[in-house]
Amino acid sequence: MYAQLVKSDALKSREEMSPEEQAFQERIDNGEKIEPKDWMPEGYRKTLIRQIGQHAHSEIVGQLPEGNWITRAPTLERKAILLAKVQDEAGHGLYLYSAAETLGVSRDELFEALHSGKMKYSSIFNYPTLNWADMGAVGWLVDGAAIMNQVPLQRTSFGPYSRAMIRICKEESFHQRQGYSIMMKMAFGTPEQKEMAQDSLNRFWFPALMMFGPSDKDSVHSAQSMAWKIKMNTNDELRQKFVNETVPQAEYLGLTVPDETLAWNEEKQGYDFAEPDWNEFFEVIKGNGPCNRERLEARVKAWDDGEWFRDGLNAFAEKAAARRLAASVAAE
Amino acid sequence: MSKKEWPLWEVFISGQHGLNHRHVGSLHAPDAEMAINHARDVYTRRKEGVSIWVVPSKEITASSPSEKGPLFDPAESKTYRHPTFFDIPEEVGKM
Repeated sequence: MYAQLVKSDALKSREEMSPEEQAFQERIDNGEKIEPKDWMPEGYRKTLIRQIGQHAHSEIVGQLPEGNWITRAPTLERKAILLAKVQDEAGHGLYLYSAAETLGVSRDELFEALHSGKMKYSSIFNYPTLNWADMGAVGWLVDGAAIMNQVPLQRTSFGPYSRAMIRICKEESFHQRQGYSIMMKMAFGTPEQKEMAQDSLNRFWFPALMMFGPSDKDSVHSAQSMAWKIKMNTNDELRQKFVNETVPQAEYLGLTVPDETLAWNEEKQGYDFAEPDWNEFFEVIKGNGPCNRERLEARVKAWDDGEWFRDGLNAFAEKAAARRLAASVAAE
Repeated sequence: MSKKEWPLWEVFISGQHGLNHRHVGSLHAPDAEMAINHARDVYTRRKEGVSIWVVPSKEITASSPSEKGPLFDPAESKTYRHPTFFDIPEEVGKM
């Protein structure tokens, strides 16, 4: 998902827990929210910082593939809409960074970890956006996949994370719909436009499936995170749900999902589908995807180029505060 | 990295004239004026507010979770503070 392969602790049994840990687990089991000042196991805090941080980084890096097309949107209206969507992603990053900061990590530390490659962001944003149809596919598939994960996370045990998710989910549905609206326009347009839409679906289908993370049988860190309610569903559950909802949407568009094995399974009331290439997934995570270098360079450049501006505003704020102090002393 | 991180601010928004300002989240900004500008950009993109308050986070004093019992338990036994505690005969009419 937006947070893939987040390292967590091994699942502890009741007997292995300290009395404090038992009381903590009981609160979570009762559906209580954990707030920043409450006692929490160190593993819970650390896993959450990794997960929320990775999620925040994904929102911020996720602006880059779409920002690529703002200046080349086909109409002024499409441009304004895309701009609003990319601005939303910046806001989502901010909500999540703020939630992570309540756990005792600073914003600059999180940026530093992203820029040095110590923390990851979602693999999906390391794929290029080659043409306008990709703006449709990204909104429809990538935001669609994100929603699958974010809707259940509204019920997550950590209060600030849950509140950030509620806010994000309110805005995310606009993102998916604007993507699908682009896909409709293209798929029902000229044959060339339809071909572009099909090509885009072909390129984004498997990377979108990878967003949910490795198959459950290879996902070693899930059990403790699920007990802590910072992961609400398994990777395979969410992937299946996504495929079930997305295939009919592709059919409506008259587009073909690029998977010859795709078939409705009456018994499980869901589609059977091919797994993505997990080697490719691990390569992208390791930093060897088509755009990893470019994305990180763009982030670091934006941060470095903005330094004089951040410092300038700080200097101005200090000067203004000194002036206010001098004026109030003079008035006395 | 910048020499100094912008301080953290808590943001409160009133959604409609006459309603309370409610806490919506936090953000970093160098001063109060910029905090209001950022809050406008982040928290009112869809007409969520008609008024914004920003407060430096370090100025907020919060009750601690360990005080929960002494602070809030005393109210538990005082159900007579609610109007539904009292039965008023139907003949009396609406009260």
